[in-house]
Amino acid sequence: MLFDARHLRWVDPNGMVALLLAGSIAGEASGTFPHIELPDNQDVLGYLSRMGFHDQAHRVFEFDALPRRGASRPSDVLLEITAIDTNHDVHEIVDRVQARAGAILTSKLGYPAASVIPFSVMLSEVCQNIIEHAEGQGWVAAQAYNWAKRLGRFVIVISVMDRGRGFKGSLGGEHSARYGDRWSDSTALEAAFLHGLTRFTDPGRGQGLQQIRKQVRKWSGLISVRSGTARISQVPEWDDSPPMVDGMAQLPGAQIGIILPALVQL
Amino acid sequence: MRQGPDPIAIDVGEVLQRSVTSLYSSLVTRPTGRAVRMAIETQLQGAGTLSISLIDFSEVGIIDFSCADEVVAKLLQQYLADDARDAFFVFRGVREPHQPQVEGVLRRQELAAVVEVEPERFTLVGSFSEDEQRVWDHLETEGSLDTDAIERIAVQVQDARALESLLARGLAFRSPQSGRIHALSRLVAHLM
Repeated sequence: MLFDARHLRWVDPNGMVALLLAGSIAGEASGTFPHIELPDNQDVLGYLSRMGFHDQAHRVFEFDALPRRGASRPSDVLLEITAIDTNHDVHEIVDRVQARAGAILTSKLGYPAASVIPFSVMLSEVCQNIIEHAEGQGWVAAQAYNWAKRLGRFVIVISVMDRGRGFKGSLGGEHSARYGDRWSDSTALEAAFLHGLTRFTDPGRGQGLQQIRKQVRKWSGLISVRSGTARISQVPEWDDSPPMVDGMAQLPGAQIGIILPALVQL
Repeated sequence: MRQGPDPIAIDVGEVLQRSVTSLYSSLVTRPTGRAVRMAIETQLQGAGTLSISLIDFSEVGIIDFSCADEVVAKLLQQYLADDARDAFFVFRGVREPHQPQVEGVLRRQELAAVVEVEPERFTLVGSFSEDEQRVWDHLETEGSLDTDAIERIAVQVQDARALESLLARGLAFRSPQSGRIHALSRLVAHLM
């Protein structure tokens, strides 16, 4: 199988992480690593390299050896693509992000200096979602962009994807009977996203997504969760995405996307 | 002979490094929180059946909701449900960035805790009624209430109920010997 990325002109964390997910699913189905043709565009290739795509792609794809590059410049990346397999990975992500996020959150987004802590907490919770609920391989990446045309300000884009059992699969055993025929990807997403249900009976569980939503709302951000054939979103005033979309192409596992915009100076 | 609860000081930052790994500086992930809680419980087992612990978060950089649930909410729940032991807790060093996590997990389970939010400034955090807040504020200002003061409070039925509720929820301590009711902050003052 071939993944042809030669003509790729632009890619963000969602695209990179989705490529890895697609490659890992294709590889598992065929029993061999799929081949990926990397972008011809040197800027895109360099950006993928800075985002750590090649390091992770070795676990998923086979591809031709990359030409040696000169001394690398200091990284401008908020969080390189990072595999999440264990809780140790979450600790490393939180430590790494704390060291980098402060400057980006304050200078590009205009958030207060202390916002690095809720930002790190949010990342911790969103990554733990993979380990605790998906029980499958996952990746996270984050980067800041200037959305000059779309929004007229900087944003931080966070993407988390896993190839676990998805929200419907995770919650099914505990909650599907109550929903009867209505049990689906969309009702499972509503149950987790809006009502904080989890497969655990422990009332302390299920806070992660709720608290992430609360923090994203506080920063006027967008959060969406896609799983199976549905996607649910908490939509800020600057976006016009529908809060629920059903009948999408099947996505094994889950994708959580967060966009945090710069504060608007009044 | 000891009249009050056994005092215990627990530095969560130190427990984190000792019980999980010295590489971790943040209190994140549920297994980490669970390991820290179990280490705290081991320390508490060395105390008598009546104890008051100062749980100090001053050296913790980040605490997430999963860890706050394990280290704060589950710890409180466990000892509130334990008939054999009376354990009281005061949480120290819960700086502003930690407060949403601690408050969030307490409210979710309708718990409350005495928390030092700034040096020597204590407050109730979590889920509590206005009556409980008012009576707790009075107790915190006074430091302790003798039987005469308690009787004066008892004139107002809702205040009497609130005081009993604070005692039942582990937010105030009544000496079994004197009947005097103490603010928890005063019982841990010598540990700070």
